[in-house]
Amino acid sequence: MPDFPLPPPLPASPLPDLDKAGLLPLWEQMLTIRRVEEMAAKAYTERKILGFCHLYIGQESVAVGAAAACRPEDRWVTGYREHGQAMAKGVPPRAMMAELFGKRTGAAHGLGGSMHIFDQSVHFMGGYGIVGAQCALGTGVAWSLKHLRTGAVCLTWFGDGAANQGAFFESMCLAQLYRLPVVFVCENNLYAMGTSVERSSALTDMSLRGLGVGMMREQIDGFDVENVRHRMGAAIEYARAGQGPVIVEVVTYRHRGHSMSDPAKYRKPGELEEKKKSSDPTVITELRLRELGATEAELAAIRERVEVVAKDAYEFADASPPPDPADLYRYTYAPART
Amino acid sequence: MPVITMREALRQAMQEEMRRDPTVFLMGEEVANSDGAYKVSQGMLDEFGPDRVVDTPIAENGFAGLGVGAAMAGMRPIIEFMTFNFSLVAYDQVINGAAKVYQMSAGQYRCPIVFRGPNGHAENLAAQHSTSADSLYAHFPGLKVVSPSTPYDATGLLKTAIRDDNPVIFFESELMYAHKGEVPDAEYLIPFGQAELKRDGTDVTLITWGKPVHTCLAAAAQLEAEGISAQVLDLRTLRPLDHDAIFNAVAKTHRAVVVQEGHLFAGVGAEISARIMESAFDLLDAPVLRVTNRDVPQPYATNLEKLVVIDSARVAAAARTVMGRS
Repeated sequence: MPDFPLPPPLPASPLPDLDKAGLLPLWEQMLTIRRVEEMAAKAYTERKILGFCHLYIGQESVAVGAAAACRPEDRWVTGYREHGQAMAKGVPPRAMMAELFGKRTGAAHGLGGSMHIFDQSVHFMGGYGIVGAQCALGTGVAWSLKHLRTGAVCLTWFGDGAANQGAFFESMCLAQLYRLPVVFVCENNLYAMGTSVERSSALTDMSLRGLGVGMMREQIDGFDVENVRHRMGAAIEYARAGQGPVIVEVVTYRHRGHSMSDPAKYRKPGELEEKKKSSDPTVITELRLRELGATEAELAAIRERVEVVAKDAYEFADASPPPDPADLYRYTYAPART
Repeated sequence: MPVITMREALRQAMQEEMRRDPTVFLMGEEVANSDGAYKVSQGMLDEFGPDRVVDTPIAENGFAGLGVGAAMAGMRPIIEFMTFNFSLVAYDQVINGAAKVYQMSAGQYRCPIVFRGPNGHAENLAAQHSTSADSLYAHFPGLKVVSPSTPYDATGLLKTAIRDDNPVIFFESELMYAHKGEVPDAEYLIPFGQAELKRDGTDVTLITWGKPVHTCLAAAAQLEAEGISAQVLDLRTLRPLDHDAIFNAVAKTHRAVVVQEGHLFAGVGAEISARIMESAFDLLDAPVLRVTNRDVPQPYATNLEKLVVIDSARVAAAARTVMGRS
């Protein structure tokens, strides 16, 4: 036993269990993310999406479960594997896809691209491209949420790779010292780029890093959207109550490479196939819905809707105009407010 | 008009703005309980309380990034770096975060933040505590860069910086905190992008900013005794740069020397020199010269340090050269 007082375990979920009607929309959101991301992959091979493109396929339950535990006014700050998080937080698939296409109808008018999705209307405060740096931004967002007495919480997302960065550790120190309403969400998808978590860190449960600053922590299973919703709900409401930050490590798995150009040859043989069979979040929730009495017709109707949304996002992005060159310098400096 | 020190002038600006706007707060190492490493924030903890004058751990990357996030979410942080040497630990948060988020978000998130603290060499602080970071920050669009040379300018410019909706780098100097000057009690602001002629002259323009303004004024006094009339143009802000003032000064004297702290190579002085060449080549009677610190890391020993840093003798020598009197 360590000779310092360990923070108590995270309390039980404050949220009621979901019935079929409650769970169906979460499944629909997960499928929407899955299909929009598959469309993005197609568009990338068509060279309609350029640069870097990091897909969220396999991790949908994490963002959707967290969103289901949030209030609309809660803020999200995250890294660059953020398409799924953006859509879960409420960024419309059209604006998301148009941003990937670099179009003026995109969430950031084509200025941000895949790694920098922003939508102030749903408090999605950005994807960031420097691994771990966003942890400090999220901590600062929480500073303002606390001192402006908003009652909102900031979810600060990062991956297992970022958990080795200094910015992450400094952020935890500050958040705990100042008791800020921030939940650090570490999505451990087992690989930091091409390096497995065992090869990156002697301690592979990143939530344990929180103990070094006295922070409440938990490692959770991320494949079941209901479990994510419950445990994130516990963390978010603890932070909202002003008791301080929480770090949650969500164990998950990405089905694609680090980015579109990565064939992911570093995986163990058979690993991906096994994970797809045992741990695909859309399948797990589909099985649960069937247990809860969802009919074939209900599920098929959702699949059809999702197909329409994903196709529509692609076509909207494809048909949208590029940014206006006249706007090149428009956002370098903010003008004075009048 | 009251005469106060530079540190008091800076404090006056922060106090006035914090009284005016409850979203402004000061954060940094030892700014609260210890009144700041150079006593700039003396007494501010008592007036504003620990939620608005905030001590941090030694974690520049963390608290600079915290400031950026807080600025995006509705507050107006003043982040004090104990010195700008330590800002290099937080460089990523300033450059990749503060400077870029307004554009990355297509104008959805503003970043009204001031990063301030002493910059450049002081005395015998050796290599790692003597950095002039001017060119490191002036390089990047998205930042504004300010470097006052007098208490009057410090108050007026810092108040403007705190009210600006963009990230502002605000350079001070350990060697200037005790400088005294007139600062009115009545509120005033100095707009960015307006250089000021700190001394008028007709033969040569010494273009500079920050602490070397005083070196240039001393050089101008020496030159006057030799019959050379030197004027000193204090840029006050590097971004935005008062290009018109530079052009007009060169049009008047036809000779110019750019004087900057920090290294020669790729310094801000090179930028100004190039702009004069591009826009006023036909007005020049001599090539523009630069006087900078020597191109070596700062040595500790006093005799070597004196060789490295600019002094009025070197400035005067450069002025004689452009006058053809060397």
